[in-house]
Amino acid sequence: MRCGDFRETYAEDMAIFETSFARRMLFLFLGVLLLLPTFASAFWLDIGNRILIAVIAATGLNILTGFTGQISLGNAAFLSVGAYATAVFAGKWGLPFPVVIPLAGLVTAAVGMVFGIPSLRLKGLYLAVATLAAHFVIEFTITHWESVTGGVNGTSVPPARIGGLDLGGDRRLYYLVLALAVGLLLFAKNLFRTKVGKAFVAIRDQDISAEVMGVQVFKYKLLSFGVSSFYVGVAGSLLGYQAGIISPENFPITVAIDQLGMIIIGGLGSILGSIFGAVFITLLPELLRLVTGSLADSFPQLTTLFASLKMGVFGLAIVLFLVFEPDGMAARWHTIRNYWKLYPFSY
Amino acid sequence: MALLDVRHLILHFRGVAALSDVSFEVAPQTIHAIIGPNGAGKTSLLNCISGVYRPQRGQVHFEGKDISGLNPAQRTQLGLARTFQNIALFKGMTVLDNLLIGRHTHQHSGVLGGGVYWGPGQREEIAHREVCEDIIDFLEIQHIRKKVVGTLAYGLQKRVELARALALEPKLLLLDEPMAGMNAEEKEDMARFIVEISEERGTTMVMIEHDMGVVMDLSHRVTVLNFGERIADGPPDEVRKNRLVQDAYLGEQHGIFE
Ligand SMILES: Nc1ncnc2c1ncn2[C@@H]1O[C@H](COP(=O)(O)OP(=O)(O)O)[C@@H](O)[C@H]1O
Ligand SMILES: [Mg+2]
Repeated sequence: MRCGDFRETYAEDMAIFETSFARRMLFLFLGVLLLLPTFASAFWLDIGNRILIAVIAATGLNILTGFTGQISLGNAAFLSVGAYATAVFAGKWGLPFPVVIPLAGLVTAAVGMVFGIPSLRLKGLYLAVATLAAHFVIEFTITHWESVTGGVNGTSVPPARIGGLDLGGDRRLYYLVLALAVGLLLFAKNLFRTKVGKAFVAIRDQDISAEVMGVQVFKYKLLSFGVSSFYVGVAGSLLGYQAGIISPENFPITVAIDQLGMIIIGGLGSILGSIFGAVFITLLPELLRLVTGSLADSFPQLTTLFASLKMGVFGLAIVLFLVFEPDGMAARWHTIRNYWKLYPFSY
Repeated sequence: MALLDVRHLILHFRGVAALSDVSFEVAPQTIHAIIGPNGAGKTSLLNCISGVYRPQRGQVHFEGKDISGLNPAQRTQLGLARTFQNIALFKGMTVLDNLLIGRHTHQHSGVLGGGVYWGPGQREEIAHREVCEDIIDFLEIQHIRKKVVGTLAYGLQKRVELARALALEPKLLLLDEPMAGMNAEEKEDMARFIVEISEERGTTMVMIEHDMGVVMDLSHRVTVLNFGERIADGPPDEVRKNRLVQDAYLGEQHGIFE
């Protein structure tokens, strides 16, 4: 029986996984994820890729909104920047994906930092409106800069390639997406146990106090916009590779709202929460589709209602979480885990 | 040379004069008390020194340099630290994390070093964790190091805030009513810590305090404010006898110097 755990060094005390049991479970889970392409259908692999991409984007948004306290509605636009940057770097310039993806992340980081400048003066709702403006500015630019973006008709992205290696198709792309998701999650987790991440959280909790602790608040807010947008840019890049063809229609404002929903439902300021939220919000419409699809014979009007049904359930889920579990699924997970850790002596 | 030199500060809030031409100097390795009735401008003065408020006139010199144009973070980087009258800890974080944020200006790892972690990032974290643990031992808060600050009693929170300020390893520590709201035993502990910080670490302190007994015991020099004006400045014994000071306090409390 596991009856608690003891640590002898600071390094142990600062480890990500509190017990070796947790670490083993995680490796098991990763093993299953690695084997997924060998047995999953094309349908589920597509969903798997979309979930992992959403995990990366939601983690990015959580870094900015959940950990640094800067609300952003610019995520759909930042995703599009990453995707279009990929179209240019891979499609027009023919660069290989190990160069394209980080480059797309960096371009998006730069764009994100520019649109983060209003955070010097604006907070909360006002900043949200400013980032909403960023969304429309970027959308406008993309629809009108036709020579580069193809305007409303969109543009194509070639499969992810380097040398003879071709990661076209969901099955092969999956490994790349999984590797990047795991790497970026680990990076984020590390970030928040070191200086920069702690400064982000300090700004969220008490900006005056943070400043008195020597944190250059504006610099770190911009840095947070940068790191966050880098994640979103990488997600956008993968989205471009996965879709093959991108157009402004892929990045409506509802995508940004979906992402906010992910981190609210999963847990603001929690890496684990970004994962839960991304899985939940990506699977939700698919499950709804399955349900409405199977009921379509007896209730044909359901399929036409699907779009509004999706929004309704999405809204309801957010409201329910805000009311009953404001700290998100991650908090619930921790409660359950702590209960089992000392089971049956969990009082 | 004075470590801190405050010159002719003037600060108004829409007609209210919080500070009218206040000057004073703080010698290195001393405990300098600032006293005065409620609303005298003591907190405002501390805010001007730490950069939270910008005075309309006057300068603040630290180690001979004019720091009037610097923001609070820049002043902290030069060696200033402070606590707040109403406690401004990161309430949702643990005691340890609060202290670790105090190490911010001493750490160098950036986004990459921190995100990659294994290697320089981890070494740095461990080194600074050790500094924080020393402070935790010094202030006797080992038992609460993993507790979330918001759940702690008021007196302990005050102590944690002092710990966080110490984590900055400041040259000058500004304390705004460090003993307010504490019981006698907690006050005694706090007084002991302040003396030890001064004697063992050689940290210079500016302390706002209401308890005259504490002020007379601990401080090397006292500046007295009343309605935003400096009405006295000198060693505690001298200030105690000052006519103006006794008048200023008459309305508030009788016989406070007894
Ligand atoms: N941020 C502020 N806005 C408006 N008035 C202020 C502000 N801070 C202080 N004051 C005013 O300045 C005067 C001095 O206040 P303060 O410095 O807090 O006094 P003390 O700390 O000595 O009790 C008071 O009249 C107070 O109302
Ligand atoms: Mg005050």
